[in-house]
Amino acid sequence: MNFAAKLDQVFVLLQHWIAGFFPMWLQPFVATVLAVVGIVAAFPGIFALTTVLERKGLGRIQNRLGPNRVGPFGLLQPVADGIKSLTKEDIVPLSADAVVHFLAPVILVVAVFLGFAVLPIGRNMVLSNFDAGLLFFFAIGASTELSIFMAGWSSRNKYSLLGAMRAVAQMISYEVPLLLSSVVVVMITGSLSTVKIVEAQGGFSGILPHWYVFTPWGFAGFVLFLIAALAETNRSPFDLPEGESELVAGYFTEYSGFKFALFFLGEYLGMFSIAGFAITLFLGGWGAPFSFLTFIPSWAWFFLKLLAAIMLFIWLRGTMPRLRQDQLMNFAWKFMLPMTLLNLVVAGSWRFFGDGWVRWVVCSLVLLGSYALLGRALMRKQGLGPRSYRYAD
Amino acid sequence: MLGEGMLKGLAETAKNFAGSFVSKERLTTVQYPEERIAPIENTRDFPFLVYDGTDPMAGLRCVACQICEKECPPKCIYITKSTDKKPDYVGKMQIYPARFDIDISVCMSCQICVEVCPFEAIKMDTEFELSTTDRFGGLLLDRDQLAKSNEHFHAVHPTEAAEVDERLAEEKAKVEAKAKAAAEATAAKAAAAAATPATTPAALAASEVKPAKEPGA
Repeated sequence: MNFAAKLDQVFVLLQHWIAGFFPMWLQPFVATVLAVVGIVAAFPGIFALTTVLERKGLGRIQNRLGPNRVGPFGLLQPVADGIKSLTKEDIVPLSADAVVHFLAPVILVVAVFLGFAVLPIGRNMVLSNFDAGLLFFFAIGASTELSIFMAGWSSRNKYSLLGAMRAVAQMISYEVPLLLSSVVVVMITGSLSTVKIVEAQGGFSGILPHWYVFTPWGFAGFVLFLIAALAETNRSPFDLPEGESELVAGYFTEYSGFKFALFFLGEYLGMFSIAGFAITLFLGGWGAPFSFLTFIPSWAWFFLKLLAAIMLFIWLRGTMPRLRQDQLMNFAWKFMLPMTLLNLVVAGSWRFFGDGWVRWVVCSLVLLGSYALLGRALMRKQGLGPRSYRYAD
Repeated sequence: MLGEGMLKGLAETAKNFAGSFVSKERLTTVQYPEERIAPIENTRDFPFLVYDGTDPMAGLRCVACQICEKECPPKCIYITKSTDKKPDYVGKMQIYPARFDIDISVCMSCQICVEVCPFEAIKMDTEFELSTTDRFGGLLLDRDQLAKSNEHFHAVHPTEAAEVDERLAEEKAKVEAKAKAAAEATAAKAAAAAATPATTPAALAASEVKPAKEPGA
């Protein structure tokens, strides 16, 4: 095994080496525990990094400096934040349902961590490779809604309840386009296993990879998946459930101290897992973007892509204003759903046409045309455009 | 087309993001404790007491008239009058404040005490780093803490201080002229009394009228 291949498998080799110290019958268990520890350590680490990156990035977008006081370049800010949230008083409202109030953040974090079980982080680096991996991820992702509603309901606070109602309505609405936009990948790959999906995108033509995002249906699916992912993780511009100017903090208004930190963690981990799935489904997972860059370890590519996705999310947050509730719902049911359904048809015809340039032209034209038409129809209905003020002109 | 505005917005924020690294005009943040910018001249926050000369307590302009205490809207000024007197800037004997406290945790920086003071004794300061670990005693400033020299006033508000100095000098000159005239009149009266020992009713009347007219002449 040469050096590059060893580096590529360094974590897998480490896992096997440590498991080797245990008796044979215990080894599978130890290996699993080690992998879980790795995931539980790595992603909260990225979460800590992301909070700084986000605050600095948003600051720069608004021509500010962002946090730069704690440690070099403010990099120790998450440590200070962690100490602060750990030492804060944990307040439970008198009329709250204490058990449910306590369980809500725990369930959120557990459910979000479960999603990482089927996420291929690198070559041979997936906690459990089972055939229905994608289905498992979406099933687990849906259970975060439960914890959000538990938080909103148990707090006995109108803001919490309104935020939870909004969150449930939004997440159920966007679950549909999220699932349908990923179905195209399953149709082309012929498997629900995340590892198989990544392997199907593995080859190169010339120096360019066979990522699904470089096909018409893949690009459309990627954009739709990304929009639905933003809504699913309650990120701006779809942050209605926690819109601070309207609902204080939404469903976690009544949370303080470490429980609040858990919600914060759960939200960011949810963002990472869904971004990781966007990468797995459309951006070739841990695959290198060019054939001459394959010497860089697969896990490094995955985390680089994840960082790029996080940066995109931060950029979008710094740019977009929050949607109104009716705009959000209209967008989900009148634009996202038709587009994802059409994308299914396009992906089916992509297989039907077989190889050649015809399928590229036909699929691109159908998608672009319907996008333009649907967009125009929606814009006309919404009455967008320059406003005229009767008394101000 | 749908999404056009979003792309424009993304381009704008990207421009801001990149621009903040290269352009000084974009990034206007001043790193406060290390870097400072000079306050503008009209800055004001809490009042202080002006004194002349070198000794703060001897040179206090305040005469404990208590107008500011009465006018203060949040009632944060506490004055006790002294029982003895000390000379003021023109040399006249005046009462002075035995106690002059301002509770700056209550003060709302309205400057009304400054507006109503007839003695130019209380002025607004620009000192803003007043945080303390003792929020009750630490924010109740007594007259030793409040007394600041006229030079300090010149340093923080030069234009206003120059005006005040001019006004005070005028006042002092007027008082001195009056005193001089009064002294001259008494001298003239004494001289007249010495020159005419044999008093006539007419001369007496003239010498009585004369000093009353002189200051106006």
